[in-house]
Amino acid sequence: MSETTTRLNVFKTYKLYVGGKFPRSESGRVYEVSDSKGNWLANAPLASRKDARDAVVAARKAFGGWAGATAYNRGQILYRIAEMLEGRREQFVREVGEAEGLSKSKAAAVVDAAIDRWVWYAGWTDKIGQVVGAANPVAGPFFNLSTPEPTGVVTVVAPQDSSFLGLVSVIAPVIATGNTAVVIASEESPLPALSLGEVLATSDLPGGVVNILSGKAAEMGPHLASHQDVNAIDLAGADAALAKELEIAAADNLKRVLRPQPVDDWTADPGTSRMTAFLETKTVWHPTGSLGASGSSY
Amino acid sequence: MPTTLTAFADVTTSDSALRRFLHGLPGVDAVGLEARAASLGTRSIKTTAKAYAIDLAISMIDLTTLEGADTPGKVRALSAKAVNPDPTDRTTPMTAAVCVYPDMVATAKAALNGADVKVASVATAFPAGRAALPVKLADTRDAVAAGADEIDMVIDRGAFLAGRYLDTYELIKSVKEACVRPDGSAARLKVIFETGELSTYDNIRRASWIGMLAGADFIKTSTGKVGVNATPANTLLMLEAVRDFKEQTGIQIGVKPAGGIRTTKDAIKFLVLVNETVGEDWLSNHWFRFGASSLLNDLLMQRQKLSTGRYSGPDYVTVD
Repeated sequence: MSETTTRLNVFKTYKLYVGGKFPRSESGRVYEVSDSKGNWLANAPLASRKDARDAVVAARKAFGGWAGATAYNRGQILYRIAEMLEGRREQFVREVGEAEGLSKSKAAAVVDAAIDRWVWYAGWTDKIGQVVGAANPVAGPFFNLSTPEPTGVVTVVAPQDSSFLGLVSVIAPVIATGNTAVVIASEESPLPALSLGEVLATSDLPGGVVNILSGKAAEMGPHLASHQDVNAIDLAGADAALAKELEIAAADNLKRVLRPQPVDDWTADPGTSRMTAFLETKTVWHPTGSLGASGSSY
Repeated sequence: MPTTLTAFADVTTSDSALRRFLHGLPGVDAVGLEARAASLGTRSIKTTAKAYAIDLAISMIDLTTLEGADTPGKVRALSAKAVNPDPTDRTTPMTAAVCVYPDMVATAKAALNGADVKVASVATAFPAGRAALPVKLADTRDAVAAGADEIDMVIDRGAFLAGRYLDTYELIKSVKEACVRPDGSAARLKVIFETGELSTYDNIRRASWIGMLAGADFIKTSTGKVGVNATPANTLLMLEAVRDFKEQTGIQIGVKPAGGIRTTKDAIKFLVLVNETVGEDWLSNHWFRFGASSLLNDLLMQRQKLSTGRYSGPDYVTVD
């Protein structure tokens, strides 16, 4: 006697990633996420301003430890993220393909590019200081050193179209230099971003360094832009009207604002501009000590 | 002794009478108590009610610094903050008191410069309470002489747990007498039970009654120096005790939860407990206090959020 049993699929509950944990939205709300053809994929949490507030608290708490970690250590962790992504390549190929309507091979190329981007920024963590820092010549017996330091808590409105490569391309430069991030994922295609949270949680990245929210940028954005404890905002995924509104709100506490930059091809070499956008330059004067009889002892 | 207390006059005549009375108090339903405290914690307090609750909570704070490393400078800074918690918004109410060690009372008193903020001093070998009675009384008199308006004493938990209830009672009575100033007025006495060390809710209820019978003006949960401090449940239990005591004697006694209350949300939960258990009579800083330090900053940040519409951050309040 044979009996055919059909196995029930186990659907994944997509959740936010805040402070190293995976909470549902405080509001209890969700919204439907569809693939590029309009078929339902999953429900994603519709984060509220209170989720955004909690994310800022988590990011602030994580900032001291992350900014204080050695650049080498940050590089190791970013590389570890690439390693973890590699292991979940299939899942991301599927999710990116569904989200952006790409064929399997094209989606695979996007995921590969995203993994490579983590490696690229992992290499930059302990090199950006040499590139944008300097030993300045001054007229006196002093060392005069300029070093880049992270800006602080950075709100990132992630690109709307490139739900994964674009996302990685805006998060990685922010955290590579020691900032912590509160990310509003692509509204239409948040699933790759929410799955990225699971990767980050298993990559030795301290909880709170990256916080991922799904929902409406127009709802959370103004609260994050006016938040007095957010130091900078990256408007990559904001349309012109929202970008203008957020930039005005951000002026109150003199946030650094990175205006939306048109990006035709996310696979192109990103350069260092996204890293330097969220760095502050600290310059210190330090006595050289005795100059010796010859006028120079060093 | 007030005439209304005569009903209880015989319970404090001997150790056995007091024990009989305390053990005759109804037992505490621990599950029910915690469930009641938790359910009252789910109330949603928003907009104007929240603004009212925040200002009320600020006005109820005993702004506290009780560290071995306290310096006169820190006490002065704390006193300035008590008088003017948010320099960017002068409508912010003052806190109720600053709470310091006895040797800092004079410094605090001078720094407050006559402002309507009380100086509370811990005494009686705070926080352990492990000293001889004369030492404890001298500690108290010293603080009162230095100008303390309020005395926060600790009970001898060792004596209480060993069942020497009358000793505990007598200790509180003696300290109460030591609070009297030469002019006949007296510092208000807060009695700390250190609920985290009393093991059971029944013990907290008994300790509350000992304190009230002995003449405490306030009963206070804890020192803030042990693992478990004020919780909604133990505060609710103490509120019920003062409610019952007022019903039977007509004497109103204040309650002060201390330690572990750090957020506005927590503070508002306690205010809901007060309103629902003992009512509006206790909703003033004469009858209810928070022993806290970091709570004030969170209240100020929430207050700024309500007045400006923007979330505030720790850069906009003082670092204590």
